[in-house]
Amino acid sequence: MELKELIANKFKENFAEEVVEITDFRGDISVEIKPEKIVEICKFLKEDSELDFQQCVDVTAIDWAKRKRRFTTVYHLLSYNKNHRLRLKSTIEDAKNPEIDSVVSIWSGANWYERETWDMYGIVFRNHPDLRRIYMPEAFEYYPLRKDFPVMGIPGSLPLPEKEED
Amino acid sequence: MQNFIDINNDEKLLNKLLESDPDITIEDALENEMVINMGPQHPATHGVLRLVLKLDGETVVKCIPELGYLHRGYEKMAENMNFYDYIPHTDRLDYTANLCNNVAYVLAVEKLAGIEVPERATYIRMIVNELGRIMGHLVAVGTFALDVGAITAFMWTFREREFIQNIFDRITGARFTTSYTRFGGVASDIDDEAIAMIKEFFDRFVDTHDEFERLLNTNRIFVDRLDGVGLLPKDKAIGLGITGPNLRGSGVDYDIRRAAPYMFYDKMDFNVPVYPEGDSLSRYFVRVDEIKESVKIVRQCLDQIKPGPVLSNDPKKVLPHKDEIYTKMEELIHDFIIVNFGINPPVGDTYMAVENPKGELGFYIVSNGSGHPWKMKIRSPSFCNIQALPLMCEGQMISDVVAIIGSIDPVMGEADK
Repeated sequence: MELKELIANKFKENFAEEVVEITDFRGDISVEIKPEKIVEICKFLKEDSELDFQQCVDVTAIDWAKRKRRFTTVYHLLSYNKNHRLRLKSTIEDAKNPEIDSVVSIWSGANWYERETWDMYGIVFRNHPDLRRIYMPEAFEYYPLRKDFPVMGIPGSLPLPEKEED
Repeated sequence: MQNFIDINNDEKLLNKLLESDPDITIEDALENEMVINMGPQHPATHGVLRLVLKLDGETVVKCIPELGYLHRGYEKMAENMNFYDYIPHTDRLDYTANLCNNVAYVLAVEKLAGIEVPERATYIRMIVNELGRIMGHLVAVGTFALDVGAITAFMWTFREREFIQNIFDRITGARFTTSYTRFGGVASDIDDEAIAMIKEFFDRFVDTHDEFERLLNTNRIFVDRLDGVGLLPKDKAIGLGITGPNLRGSGVDYDIRRAAPYMFYDKMDFNVPVYPEGDSLSRYFVRVDEIKESVKIVRQCLDQIKPGPVLSNDPKKVLPHKDEIYTKMEELIHDFIIVNFGINPPVGDTYMAVENPKGELGFYIVSNGSGHPWKMKIRSPSFCNIQALPLMCEGQMISDVVAIIGSIDPVMGEADK
């Protein structure tokens, strides 16, 4: 694969110690990196003229439930000029208080996706300009897409608005 | 009047009054900034979108969209049902173009599980996909015209949409909640009557679409109302993650059907309309032109389609036909296994993006080898397109907010998931 080689070389030259794994499954190229330098790596991916990832298509996370390193954040990147895609994954060490740096400073489109990921998985994106819940109410205490949240919901977790006295 | 001046001159009295009544304001009423809440129950927000607008007179100073009023937890539900069970739920994502979602979802799972699709089934999928796109765009331009006051256009587009729904009724058996596609093919073959209906519809639709264009494109009120409203520059559009017609309305020549062809789009001859202005009017033009291109694609599909099977013969992954289940033992066993344990794709994760009427619809599926997806993320185009609303609305008049929402065409079923 041409793109895979290009990406592998670029990472080898610049961030050899950060890369955990480069995989290719069904034509999707996926790079797993350590979370510490994610902003630098994303900046490089955007600004490098051969890679030129102009758009962050999607940010999400995976909850691995029983693994020691429980959360993996996933970024899908796209280049319009070069017409190629890349998946960037980064597994967060701390399962109790997952935190990772925000990439909003690089792709402003990541803003809402990071808010969604915070809402659904409780992953804190450091330096995010406006980290509020996006779907659930602000007072909601749980993170619904975590595997320990039951499908039926938690009774009483979404209180009805209090009745106003006339 | 005399009283009022006295109060202003008497500082003690004024302070006392201000303390006792917090509603009193001594500033000029016209100089105040006002915060208003638009939606979630507002006819022009296309569903339950809520905008909190800060106004200076009639000018929007700040705009904050709030989502979540239609959040049904589809990603959570996907993790708890097998791949087949989820097909009907994709109808409810972008409910103006259900069949496009059906097609997108099965393509994503087929990519993950490695299921082959017969040629005829792919052509049928392309036909319904493009008809769905026409339907979605008809709703988009119709309601957009309604939002800015052109009621006739709305009636005309919904009349045409009705014919497409009749075709869907013939093909899929349902007008709205189609759930037509299956892994490895489609639920049922299209018959000659359906093809005749499509051809008959197109013969008339080309004229009515022309008529529709003449009605709006030469309408000075409509054009003046939208020209230069809701500007979205090219670089900002890319940075914000805008996709689909909204991106092409900002001058980016990118369509997934051509950039990374799926199904047989590489065999089709069609143009990708691009307008560089980036205003509401150019986004409208992109949609109107795309309808014509979709007609072209469907006509080519109808020319190229050949008889053959519409469901692949892959017993471990594809549900066999009902007739075979009732008559053959092996098929009965496979049906039982698939329904109870699922199709068990290999361990891995794939992201499949397709060009939907609203933009790039992507399914990111993580499989752990079981019958349920471990995680399924729906990358919905409307969600990201709404993200550009603050940029487009700020500095515009409040009446233009309605036009801008109409021009980016969000569907909340998809944005809220």
